[in-house]
Amino acid sequence: MESLLPLIILLPFFGALIIGVGGLAFPAIRQQEKAIGTVATLLVFIPFFILLNLFINYKEPIRFSILSWMQIGAFSLEFSYVLDQLSLLMGLIVTGVGGIIHLYSIGYMHGDKGFYKYFAYLNLFIFAMNNLVMADNLLVTFLGWEGVGACSYFLIGFWYKDMMKAKAAQKAFVVNRIGDFAFIVAMLIAYHVAGSLKYEALVGNITGHWAFWMTLLLFIAATGKSAQIPLYVWLPDAMAGPTPVSALIHAATMVTAGIYLIARMSWVYIQVPEVLMIIGAVSALTALLAASIAIAQNDIKKVLAYSTVSQLGYMFMGLGAGAFAAAIFHLMTHAFFKACLFLGSGSVIHAMEHTHAVKDPQDIRTMGGLRKYLPSTSITFWIATLAIAGIPPLAGFFSKDEILSRNFFAGHTYAIYYVYWLIGVLTAFLTAFYMTRLSTLTFEGKPRFNAEEHPPHESPAVMTIPLWILAIFSIIGGFFGLPELFGHGKYNWITHHWLSIEENPLLATQEDFLKEALHPSLGMEIFLITLSIVIALLGVFLALRLYKKHALQGDELLAKRLGKFYNVLQNKYYVDELYERIIVKPFVAFSEKVLDWIDRNIVDGVVDGTGESVQGFAELLRRLQTGIIQNYALLIWLGVILLLAQFLFMA
Amino acid sequence: MSVMHYLIVSSLLFSLGALGVLLRRNAIIVFMCVELMLNAANLAFVAFSRFHNDAAGAMMVFFVMCVAAAEAVVGLAIIIAMFRNKQTVNLSEFNLFKW
Repeated sequence: MESLLPLIILLPFFGALIIGVGGLAFPAIRQQEKAIGTVATLLVFIPFFILLNLFINYKEPIRFSILSWMQIGAFSLEFSYVLDQLSLLMGLIVTGVGGIIHLYSIGYMHGDKGFYKYFAYLNLFIFAMNNLVMADNLLVTFLGWEGVGACSYFLIGFWYKDMMKAKAAQKAFVVNRIGDFAFIVAMLIAYHVAGSLKYEALVGNITGHWAFWMTLLLFIAATGKSAQIPLYVWLPDAMAGPTPVSALIHAATMVTAGIYLIARMSWVYIQVPEVLMIIGAVSALTALLAASIAIAQNDIKKVLAYSTVSQLGYMFMGLGAGAFAAAIFHLMTHAFFKACLFLGSGSVIHAMEHTHAVKDPQDIRTMGGLRKYLPSTSITFWIATLAIAGIPPLAGFFSKDEILSRNFFAGHTYAIYYVYWLIGVLTAFLTAFYMTRLSTLTFEGKPRFNAEEHPPHESPAVMTIPLWILAIFSIIGGFFGLPELFGHGKYNWITHHWLSIEENPLLATQEDFLKEALHPSLGMEIFLITLSIVIALLGVFLALRLYKKHALQGDELLAKRLGKFYNVLQNKYYVDELYERIIVKPFVAFSEKVLDWIDRNIVDGVVDGTGESVQGFAELLRRLQTGIIQNYALLIWLGVILLLAQFLFMA
Repeated sequence: MSVMHYLIVSSLLFSLGALGVLLRRNAIIVFMCVELMLNAANLAFVAFSRFHNDAAGAMMVFFVMCVAAAEAVVGLAIIIAMFRNKQTVNLSEFNLFKW
């Protein structure tokens, strides 16, 4: 088993290398879709099974190192990894969901010219993501962080000939840079204070205002990668990429990197409640804002994108309340049902493209009644919808309820968490509402396109099987973390088995954060759970009543009820326009006026001045070259005399 | 006569040769001054050889003479080529390397 460990990291990398370089060098390989798809999928599933084996037989953290990168004095840097419970769980999600999406992509990308390129990028992404979640120090995590960012950029701009898509990729890259800068500064602080970048060395060694700034900067980094206010704007645009990419990178794995990072540093975070409260405030606002935007969107992938932003907000709310395990739990269940939703939307888009009847295959206004034509897709999509809406006993209910109740409990110590909890409950209602609206408008009612001429058809098995696998996990995923109510957490595998070792806990618990043991009464727990169920059912019921009966007119009724506010929602609170006006435009103007002048006059002046002064000096020196050989001989002679003089008189 | 006298003569010869190389403009005379410097060195060699009763110095002189002979062949050939080019052997006329 020991010797297999490096394979977890290296296999996807080899896959990217073989497929990418092979495809570039030998155009004939590009046509071998089946071979490329199989190789790429296998190279993700093999690490998955190695990880699964390690996970089942877990005893203690496993460490291994692949390569020594550099050694400067006391500072050494290695590509070293640690497989503890957290990284194993993350690795299982990355390779498991990743493998399923690889499989799905074989069907989805069939016939695309860039087939080999796509799978090379996808394998490279898995490699980078594994580095991110398994590294035992901040720097290798950062490399993975940048690696997934680069793959995200490649894949959003995969159809780069479309200018809109290329621009979306650029936007994602630039917005992420802001967060990455914060990450680098946080690393510098960590090294300055603790003298090491290893996670183990950081715990307990960073205190006081250093801890405040480092944790805050890491959170800013997380807002970039995990799409929170104020840096979330790139994620909805990132839907320009192929749909499986949206499922893998922009829903299930990469965007959760920020949650993983904060959970990994949980012991540092609990020292600074202020930062955790900031996280709670930012994430609660993000969750509410994104969920409300999602109500008024008509692009099937845009709705899911805003839903992802909102659900990521939930995860951060868990982190903010000090319930790190609950956040990871929601991360896991979200990976299942959101991947299922995105893959389902891919199947829908696939079908709509083949009807040739609509202009925009992603616009839900032109869909409707697809259940008849896409049985597997519609059933799995509905399952995932109910899961994300929080209908028991599906996965989303348990994880969301855990996060909400943890926020409520934290309110005992810091009253502000009651506010976050309230926002969370409101968001839960909106979530149930907009997801039901999406599913109803897509699959129910009568077709709003010409279905007789070109009836849409269900996707091939290679695409529906992944849907079913993910749907099954969307159903049973929640049972891994049953609430305290049942046997006092005995059956909560997440918090009591998977993410805790008694003597040396990996994640801080909420008790560590609040510094008091929580014993919520039975009545309180039953009240919270009942409230969650009622809220979710209410959302689903209202949306069903509105959209099942009125179909598209439902939107108009809703708009009438909300008045002008509906317009604001449809335009996403004008955040993009606001950024354009207060950041992009002034920045461009500043560049054109001031920076351009500085570049032309000062920078160019320095460069040209250097050249000119060298030239002038050379003009003087060239007089030495008389061309008369005896002058040179004289100089040699003088040189010899000088040397001799030095030997004689100085020695 | 001690070795000192030989060395004084040798250094005088060497300095004369060096001055000639640096100051004279006629290529043939510069060339001959180079030979003069070589022979000044030869004189020092044989003087020390005798002084130390060691044949190595004398052996070295043969090498120097051999090289000087070879050099004379090449050097005179170059001077003839220069003369053919410019109809003069005045070194001031040869300044192709000038800026």
